[in-house]
Amino acid sequence: MNYTNLFRIAIRALGNNKMRGFLTMLGIIIGVASVITMLAIGQGSKRSIRAQISEMGSNMIMIHPGADRRGGVRLDASEMESLKLEDYDAIVRETRYVSACSPSVNSGGQAIFGANNHPTSVYGVNADYLDIRKYSVSEGEMFSEEDILDAAKVCVVGKTIVDNLFTNGENPVGQVIRFGKIPFQIVGVLTSKGYNTMGMDQDDLILAPYTTIQKRVLAVTHLQSIYCSALSEEQTEKAEEEISGLLRRNHKLGAGDADDFNIRSQQELSSMMNSTSDMMTVLLACIAGISLLVGGIGIMNIMYVSVTERTREIGLRMSIGAKGRDILAQFLIEAILISVTGGLIGVLLGIGASWVVKWAANWPVYVEWYSVVLSFAVCTVTGIFFGWYPAQKASNLDPIEAIRYE
Amino acid sequence: MKAIIELKDIRRDFTVGSETVHALRGVSFSIEAGEFVTVMGTSGSGKSTLLNLLGCLDTPTAGEYMLDGVSVRRMGKNERAKLRNRKIGFVLQSYNLLPKTTSIENVELPLMYNSAVSSKEREKRAIEALEAVGLHDRLYHKSNQMSGGQQQRVAIARALVNDPVLILADEATGNLDTRTSFEILTLFQELYARGRTIVFVTHNPELSAYSSRTIVLKDGRVVSDTRNEHIASARTTLESIPKQED
Repeated sequence: MNYTNLFRIAIRALGNNKMRGFLTMLGIIIGVASVITMLAIGQGSKRSIRAQISEMGSNMIMIHPGADRRGGVRLDASEMESLKLEDYDAIVRETRYVSACSPSVNSGGQAIFGANNHPTSVYGVNADYLDIRKYSVSEGEMFSEEDILDAAKVCVVGKTIVDNLFTNGENPVGQVIRFGKIPFQIVGVLTSKGYNTMGMDQDDLILAPYTTIQKRVLAVTHLQSIYCSALSEEQTEKAEEEISGLLRRNHKLGAGDADDFNIRSQQELSSMMNSTSDMMTVLLACIAGISLLVGGIGIMNIMYVSVTERTREIGLRMSIGAKGRDILAQFLIEAILISVTGGLIGVLLGIGASWVVKWAANWPVYVEWYSVVLSFAVCTVTGIFFGWYPAQKASNLDPIEAIRYE
Repeated sequence: MKAIIELKDIRRDFTVGSETVHALRGVSFSIEAGEFVTVMGTSGSGKSTLLNLLGCLDTPTAGEYMLDGVSVRRMGKNERAKLRNRKIGFVLQSYNLLPKTTSIENVELPLMYNSAVSSKEREKRAIEALEAVGLHDRLYHKSNQMSGGQQQRVAIARALVNDPVLILADEATGNLDTRTSFEILTLFQELYARGRTIVFVTHNPELSAYSSRTIVLKDGRVVSDTRNEHIASARTTLESIPKQED
């Protein structure tokens, strides 16, 4: 018995019962389509959550000098001067997983404009800082590379500064404010970010070229910290390792020496994100499993009915020379054809439904290729699994009884 | 003449609960090529059991059965399936055609289980078989679009398509009206005239007049085995039956 003939026989048998075949298929179609659509919606929301979390800077890496002991006295980390501009240059030059990097030096003090003053902090950074901390400039522009080279007295201010200093509604861009004794010309205003999760006002800051702060405000040559962005959330760890290796080499630390710096990333954010998406995946996998199980039971039920109903046909086939395994193969092929065809239609329907959801409900929807492959594979396996038992039953029928079955 | 069937002291016991039922208690006969044998007996005589054995659907408890020179008794299921596929043509009381399937596809069925036959060959032989039973104009009719007589003809064509050494008919006219019965019987006689070996199992004693030999079973034994020198013509009988006018 060759398989071309078996396929032909199975297709003919299905063709004889189109309505029933279709209804059985419907179970699989709905199963697969809903799995794909749900996974697409799940993926979509996962991605949008991910995007939102990374808005908060989930791929941000902070490098601070490490605390150290000098003659038995434990020193505060900020007292250390172990981070240099060369470290920043090396990170920019030599790392592969870092997309943006900014040195940072800061100082606290009063910002003064006319009769108004406001206590705040000034951060000496470069233009990458905006990317790293997810700030953007709403009015005017960020200071330039030349401003950094010239240690120019320019700055970009946050919304809170504007609100407190420019109480008469003046346009802050172009105005000169004083920070301590040093005048800064405002070249841009940051878009408001509001308060962060810790309740800190993220708009209460002044950004200025780091060279200006180093030379004119603090009179130092070291850096207080370095901020970096990894290429993506997932690559944060690799970036950390890379930076760590680089700094250890630059700082000439031996194998036994402790780091003289601290690297921190947003562990909390990323682990929160992972647990959210893991839970979502498990939930969707359960739904997928259940719907395919129901579809599979549908196949089994129909194949069972079909075997009983076609007992005489099976008897006849056996009497004219079909072996047990031919009958088994025939019914198994029927079950597989139902599940595979249903699976294919389900895949198309699922992708279609995902697009409809995206278009009509305007939800973030993303069809992941593995969800298509997975649900299709599962429904084929379901077909074989649930088709096996009835097929086995058919192949074990006694032709003598089957042929005269009423 | 070559013996197609040789039965030597065939016994077949069934265990029903704790009792043993002796369906056949030592049946011996042989059938030669080209014979048209009617096997008769009332219900319970063992004729169905005999038919199952002759058709290689079952194996005897004791005794030897040679079909076309091959011993069937010790054959496994799959071997017997192959033997049935190559050497036996079944014609059953209830036709057993596949529903909603064309005549030609029904007739092709036995060849579908023989991978040595190509699809072209299969179609050719199916058409020949259907022509042999006079259904050359019904090749693509579906089984539910045909009368009982036509369906039985398709079943006979299906039995012929693998060119079997033996045609086994089980109450082949049982479901048909008198006139159609004789049409089918005429067809069997034509096949007999062309040299086919036919075993026709029936409980209807009238039919024995139309075959070349009659074996009567009773309580699992052969009680009579007679040759019929004057075979009645089914065609003549058919012509004597007035056509139904309705």
